[in-house]
Formats: sequence, structure tokens, C-alpha cells
Amino acid sequence: MPRDTGRLSAPAPQDARPVPFRGGGFRHRPHPWLPPIVFAALLALWATGSASGIISPVALPAPADVYAAFRDLVVTGMLWTHLSVSLYRLGVGWALGAALGVAAGLTIGLFSLVRAGLLPLVSALFPVPKIALLPLFIIWFGIGEGSKIATIVFGTFFPTVISTYSGVDGVDRNLIRMGQSFGLTWSSIVRKIILPGAMPAILSGFRISISIAIVLLVAAEMIGAQYGIGAYILMAGSLFALGQLIAGVIILSVIGLGASWLIGRAERKLLDWRG
Amino acid sequence: MRLLLNGITHSYGPTEVLRDVSFTVEDAEIVCIIGPSGCGKSTLLRFLGGLEKPDGGAVLMSGNAPEGSLNPLTYVFQDFALLPWRTVEGNISLVLEDHGISGGAARAVIDGVLARTKLSDFRKAWPRQLSGGMKQRVAIARALAVRPAVMLMDEPLSALDSQTRELLMDDFLDLWQRERFSSVYVTHNLSEAVRLGHRIVVLSRRPGQVREIIEIDMPLEDRPHRTAELEPIRQKLWDMLRDEARAADRELTDAP
Repeated sequence: MPRDTGRLSAPAPQDARPVPFRGGGFRHRPHPWLPPIVFAALLALWATGSASGIISPVALPAPADVYAAFRDLVVTGMLWTHLSVSLYRLGVGWALGAALGVAAGLTIGLFSLVRAGLLPLVSALFPVPKIALLPLFIIWFGIGEGSKIATIVFGTFFPTVISTYSGVDGVDRNLIRMGQSFGLTWSSIVRKIILPGAMPAILSGFRISISIAIVLLVAAEMIGAQYGIGAYILMAGSLFALGQLIAGVIILSVIGLGASWLIGRAERKLLDWRG
Repeated sequence: MRLLLNGITHSYGPTEVLRDVSFTVEDAEIVCIIGPSGCGKSTLLRFLGGLEKPDGGAVLMSGNAPEGSLNPLTYVFQDFALLPWRTVEGNISLVLEDHGISGGAARAVIDGVLARTKLSDFRKAWPRQLSGGMKQRVAIARALAVRPAVMLMDEPLSALDSQTRELLMDDFLDLWQRERFSSVYVTHNLSEAVRLGHRIVVLSRRPGQVREIIEIDMPLEDRPHRTAELEPIRQKLWDMLRDEARAADRELTDAP
């Protein structure tokens, strides 16, 4: 049997054979063209299913109905009305909750007295579904914007606290010791070592808290709001206008995608050192 | 500046790690500390720079730090301790900022220490882009920027491969020839100790006690080409440490 001996100094023995390849198979490769294809295929399936009557319009509205609902929203200008109040509540509520959460998380991470005092409280309140407190918030902050924003603030505060203080705990102790050994002031150590060190955890906490904020936004708007995506979906549901309901859900999904894109941008900017 | 250790004793909980350790570090002298693993060498170094307090005994300093010294007792760590979110330049300016040195003055200091550690081309590099040897050079540059009187080095070459170790040892000796700082150099590598130490403090296994202090009376610059004369010293150190190291290796550790 002829063999390619390559650069071998002596001819390969008769029974020489390649080592069998056993690696590979567990590494992900990028397939950038696949997501649009899956999306288009699902849409096509949905459209043909609805057109042929296999999918009953009671179970799922036809894509055309959803499109009509969207057009209606745009033409009447209601899209902007609903979207603007929802984005306002989401923006203010999330920003306040996240800011307060980072501040509280930092103090819990830095001061053992605060940690001993507040951490049990955080652990006790974190699992409470915030929407259950909405009636209470309505009494405290009124039926208007106050109670809705408070729900979102409360809901985003706790996960932010937890991700921030565990980020502070995760900062390499050796880096802090290095800072002390060079005589850096306490505030320098916090600003230049602890805060940047905790930043990856804080930002991944933001990803979670923004989704929680969207869930709470819809829930709060379903209970007592005239405008807003949640109110729109609730109304569509009670009128059995399934096209509008799906349109509302799609808007929520786009808001979520937009928020996560923004956080992705922030991560690339703030964590550029990770390369 | 001189450092005097006076009867240092320390325990972590029930585990006694150091017992009555005393020696001095003279001006412009390199003292190497060797001992089996877990003998408290790194703990001892943390006492020397005031990062931890011993249960008993005291670390004293005497004499004045050189003019313009920002941080007389300065560490170089085994794991480099560079901030990954700052460039080479930023890591050095970190230790200047709190002393109000910024702008042109900081740039002059940074240029100087980067030139002395052969890093001038790497100003803007991120730590993740550097090899281990380069990272340790940055850490040494950062230490030089504060004009230390005593360099406290905690196994600075242990995380590096042996070729890089040789290169860095040469560079370290060059620096010492020029700056004449004092240094306490903790290592478990006997060749490093006989190559760099004016004196070598040999600690026993836990609880660490001074077993012997060996003085090597040969100028540092001669040592690279007189290795044959150093070999008996290295052998003597190893004879001293072998049994300690074997016993230490078989111990269960509960110390932090």
C-alpha cells in the first residue's frame, strides 16, 4: 500500500495509520443568516396556516389582522400616545430603581454595619411580587403615575442591590490591598478599584432589572391606566381583538430588545478593557 | 532607610504561623526570605509594609526615606495586581493621582519609569495584552514611580516561566545598581535567593522561626559569572530546607 511519508526520515512502517480525530463538535460557530430565515419561515407558516384555515382566527389572528392593528395605531396617532406614556413610566421607574439600587448595593458592599442591618431586609423583600403591593402604592402615591412608577422602582431596586453588592464582593481583594499599599485614599479605592471592578456585575444586573421593569409596567398599566401598552393590551383582550393584542405584545418585545441593545452599547463602552 | 523586625509572633485562630522572628534590613540591602510553603513568609511581608498587624512584636523603621519618596514601603505582588481597566500608563498614574501629581508632571514620571523598565513602547497597552513578564515589569515601574525606600517583593517571579525569570532578575539587578533601594524579597526559589540576596533569612516550617541568616559576601554584579562559588551555598540552603519542606508538604492546612 503506497503511503505519503512526508518528511519522515525513514519510510513509515506498513501498519502506520493516521491517529483518529476525536476532538471538535462542542464549539459554537456563528450562523448570521439563520435568525432571519427562522423568523421568515415562522411568519410564512403562520400566514399560510391562517389563510388556509388550519389556524383558527379564534386561536391566533392572521398576520394581516396584526398588521391592520398596527396601521390603525399609527394612523390614529395612538401608537405614540401609548408608547410615550409607557416609555416615560419605564424610563423614570427603572432609572430611579437602578440608581437607588446601585447606591444601596454599594453601601451594603462597603460597610459591614449596613450589610448586617439591610441585607436581611433585602432578602426578605426581594421575593415579594411587587404587583401585590400595587393597591398599597395606590393608597400611598395615588392612582396616577406615582403608583405605577413606584411599582417599577421597587421591582428594579432589589435585583440591582443584589447584583451590585455581589459585584463589590467579587472585586479581587489583592487589587484593594494593592491600593492600600500605595496609600490610596478610601474614596480613590472605591472610585478607581471597587466601582470599575463591580461594573460587569452591575451591568448584567441591569439586563435583568430592565426585563423585570417591563413586566411590572404592563401589570401596573393593566390595573389602573387609560393609556400605555399594558392598557392597550388589556383593552384588546377584553374586546377579543386578538390582532391588537398581538400587536401590543410585539411592541413590548421591541421595547425589550431596544433596552437590551442599549445596555449592550453601555457594556461595550464601559467594559472596553475586557477586549 | 532601615527596617527592624522585633520578635514578630502571629497566629491565625488556633494556627500559629510565626514565632519570634527578628532581623534587620539595612539601607540598600536586599534580604531574601526563604522557607517551605506555609511558613508565613508572605504574612511576614504584609507586616513589613503595614498591611496587617502582628499579634506580638513590632516592625520599626529608622532613618529617612530618600527625598521625594511618595510611598517609602512599596510592594511588588506575585500576581502583579494591575487594574485590568487601566492601560499601562493609567496603572502607573493611579499611584500618582492621590499625591496631586497629574498632567505634565505625571507624564514625566511615567516616561522615566517606563524607560527604566524598557516599557516605553507599551504605554497605551491593556494589561490583558501583556505577557506575564511584561505585567511584572509594569508593576515594578509602578513601584519605582513612588520612589520607594524599601521594595517589598512577594515572590515576584513565581508566576513566570524560567526564561522570563532570568531576564527579569537581570533587569532587577540593573535597577538596584542604579537606585540602591533596600528590598525584602520573599521567594521559594533558592537560585533566586543566592543570586539576589545580600543576606538570606531561612525560616523553618510553621510556625515560622528564623533558622539561620546566611550572609553572601559577593557583589551582586559578580554573581552571574561566579555561579560555581554560589552552588555550595545553594546546596547548603537546600540541605537545610529539604526536611522542613518534606514535613510541610505532608501537613494538612487550615490556615487562610
